[in-house]
Amino acid sequence: MHLDYTLTRNAFGQLELRRGDAVYPGVTAVRAFPIGAPEHGLSLVSPDGHELAWIHHLSELPAEMRALIEAELAGREFMPTIRRICSVSSFATPSTWEVDTDRGPTRFVLKGEDDIRRMAAPVLLISDSHGIHYLIRNPAELDKASRKLLDRFL
Amino acid sequence: MNANTLSLPAGPDLPDIWLPAVRGQLAAGENLLGWLELDLDAELRFAHGLIALTDRRLLSWGEAGGAARAWPLSAALELRHHDHAGVVNLELCDASQRLAQWRYTLNVNAQALRLLAQWEAQLHLLRHGAPEDSDEDETPCCPSCHNPLPPDQDDCPVCARELHTPPSTWTLLRLWRFARPYRWQLLGGFLLTLASTAATLVPPYLTMPLMDNVLIPFQNGKPIDWPLVSRYLGGLFAAAGLAWVLGWLRTYILALVSERIGRDLRTTTYEHLLKLSQEYFGGKRTGDLMARIGSETDRINVFLSLHLLDFATDVLMIVMTSAILFSINPWLAIVTLAPLPFIAWLIHYVRDKLRTGFEKVDRVWAEVTNVLADTIPGIRVVKAFAQEQREAERFREANRHNLAINDRLNKTWSLFSPTVTLLTEVGLLVVWAFGIWQISKGDITVGVLTAFLAYISRFYTRLDSMSRIVSVTQKAASGAKRIFDILDHVSSVPEPAKPVHLPQISGRIELRDVGFRYGNRAVSRGVSLDIQPGEMIGLVGHSGSGKSTLVNLICRFYDVSEGSIRVDGVDIRSLPVAEYRRNIGLVLQEPFLFFGTIAENIAYGKPDASREEIIAAARAAHAHEFILRLPHGYDSLVGERGQALSGGERQRISIARALLINPRILILDEATSSVDSTTEKEIQKALDNLVKGRTTIAIAHRLSTLRKADRLVVLDRGRVVEEGSHDALMARQGAYWQLYQAQARQAEADRAEAAAEWGVAP
Repeated sequence: MHLDYTLTRNAFGQLELRRGDAVYPGVTAVRAFPIGAPEHGLSLVSPDGHELAWIHHLSELPAEMRALIEAELAGREFMPTIRRICSVSSFATPSTWEVDTDRGPTRFVLKGEDDIRRMAAPVLLISDSHGIHYLIRNPAELDKASRKLLDRFL
Repeated sequence: MNANTLSLPAGPDLPDIWLPAVRGQLAAGENLLGWLELDLDAELRFAHGLIALTDRRLLSWGEAGGAARAWPLSAALELRHHDHAGVVNLELCDASQRLAQWRYTLNVNAQALRLLAQWEAQLHLLRHGAPEDSDEDETPCCPSCHNPLPPDQDDCPVCARELHTPPSTWTLLRLWRFARPYRWQLLGGFLLTLASTAATLVPPYLTMPLMDNVLIPFQNGKPIDWPLVSRYLGGLFAAAGLAWVLGWLRTYILALVSERIGRDLRTTTYEHLLKLSQEYFGGKRTGDLMARIGSETDRINVFLSLHLLDFATDVLMIVMTSAILFSINPWLAIVTLAPLPFIAWLIHYVRDKLRTGFEKVDRVWAEVTNVLADTIPGIRVVKAFAQEQREAERFREANRHNLAINDRLNKTWSLFSPTVTLLTEVGLLVVWAFGIWQISKGDITVGVLTAFLAYISRFYTRLDSMSRIVSVTQKAASGAKRIFDILDHVSSVPEPAKPVHLPQISGRIELRDVGFRYGNRAVSRGVSLDIQPGEMIGLVGHSGSGKSTLVNLICRFYDVSEGSIRVDGVDIRSLPVAEYRRNIGLVLQEPFLFFGTIAENIAYGKPDASREEIIAAARAAHAHEFILRLPHGYDSLVGERGQALSGGERQRISIARALLINPRILILDEATSSVDSTTEKEIQKALDNLVKGRTTIAIAHRLSTLRKADRLVVLDRGRVVEEGSHDALMARQGAYWQLYQAQARQAEADRAEAAAEWGVAP
């Protein structure tokens, strides 16, 4: 597929998109379905929020541009996946959870049971008191102790 | 702590694990100014890192034992930070490139903001050779609730407590504040409880002599002593009667008290809630607040009047019964009471299981009602897209889930009360066996055994209800916590300590360098504006440019973060809030009508207005005629479940409401945006009457509605970018001109499109 633009990284570490004579620094890559279909549909957005380019699938990009976008996404996307719930401070909210995630162990405060939301089954999305989102891909795949703790909040 | 190098100007101490690393890096005489402990590494994994600022360098460590990176401070350096989805990206740049990049979550944002402030101050010193002149000694405020922070603390105690502390049973003790006024009634209730419990314990005691002195001798051939029998029976009846009277009195007094405590709790909470700033309401859901004041207070009430009372009675009864049993026969008493703790534990265990089950049922039930709440208001959409089948399926699915959970719970639950009965029977059996053995040895009489059996069958049944106390206490405690969360919240728009009273204001408004931060985002910055009495100002700008914020600040729904707003030369923060707002008439985009008659709605701001005044206001607002067309005229009911009024009609009622209080300052926040252009003309006529002679601040999306404004103020990203009359601004061809052109083009395009669709030449 032919692209009418190029992507580079500038000295400030920002993505820079060039199309013809136009140069757009500070481009961000945004996934359209970050939870449901992360690989499908990406948009390159200018700092003022306008879409500059639409990418159906990462695989349609040349390798070096793909690497750039993947690096950009890795530095921007933060949605730790919970692997294990080690302990919860109480079953009444607000409750502090100690968890193991794919990004290392951490703790967060769950403000209320409403903050655990069911996405398309079986995914659960948990938002903590600071608005950070944690993901549980499939509660049935957690170990038994974690499931038991989680169950008290569902 | 090394005093000469590691002194911090403000804020908590550096965590111990970083001390050696920081100490090792600092040169002689180099001072640590601030630090930030990172909680993420560059790959966004949870890890610790540190950024430290000294008077010479910026230092950073990736890990506690790792090597430091350092950048000497220079005037060209810049720290940029922006956040996305809870993660903050901090970049150190010079004029040509990025030097370093760090990431952290909003958890440590307070530290970060402090470090940034110290950084700014230090760079200012470097660039201008003098410290920044701080015009006011600003006390740090909590970024989320704007309450002043105590010195040396990052987290706002109010928010932190609301966030991090799980409800503790001790919270219930705080209810004493509400119980105190009724302490004598409470004491009386307690004494009555004591007495009535004692009275209920008399009848089993009397079975003992009845058995030993009357029935057994009779079986052994002695005639029945009727006077004695009548004395015992009389005693039984008297005890029952006394227990009835005392129990009634006790329940009555305590129910009265707990109802009153509940009322005080509700009214105090509601009154406090009404005083809280707009900001508080912005962050809370209506349903949640309603539940707190409504059902939570009720739950506490029931807990106090029913559960706590029952529990106290039960405990008293068990203590008294044990005392009586021991006084009659210690050995039998021990056998009788020995299984008690075991049974209590068992009941508690099963209850605990059931409780989690019941909680689950509650949540599943919420799921079922959620489907209804989703579908019924959206029924037009459901029908229009012919999705009845799908919604029915969703409801069926929710019900199936509900059923499954209930089935599982019922398995345990149905076992529960037969089990309690079985345990009671087993307990009785043990007492029977031991009692018969003792009788056979001649240690006790038949009467004693009968009395024991009568006593214990009473309190085994109480164990079940006692076991409930744990869960109801927890529930009441969490309810109490949620109520105290409201009560402990201090309004971020405080009443002035020394209020200034302005009897009659002229309506001159001055804004001096006004800035406002919402959370950690600056919404308005450096806005200065002079508005003369009687002048009409139009606020113009894209959505999100800070127009509504400015209006909210002028109404004092929020307080400014920087600068000041003065009315007639007096800072509005020194005026009593309610007195100040009485001078402001507000017409909003979505007029809100309360349930009540039209007349009551018009007179909302001035409940003692005469009928003539109300009609005059309605006439001026061009509402009089349509009101008369309604079946009940000014007495027609509006608001929820009331007369259906169109958007324009509701708006004119709200204009009449604003007119009636005859305010000096008038604020029109998109008053005509939600109606079509014909209705807009009607409303515009009404507004023209309203505006006359008042200081008016109008926000409008459609620039054409601001033609009458004396001056237009163009806002962009929280700043004033242009100011002047329509003609002057058009001549300048600046931001206003662009906005105007864009709207004109849009209107033209709409017309052309409509013309093309209808096949008419434009």
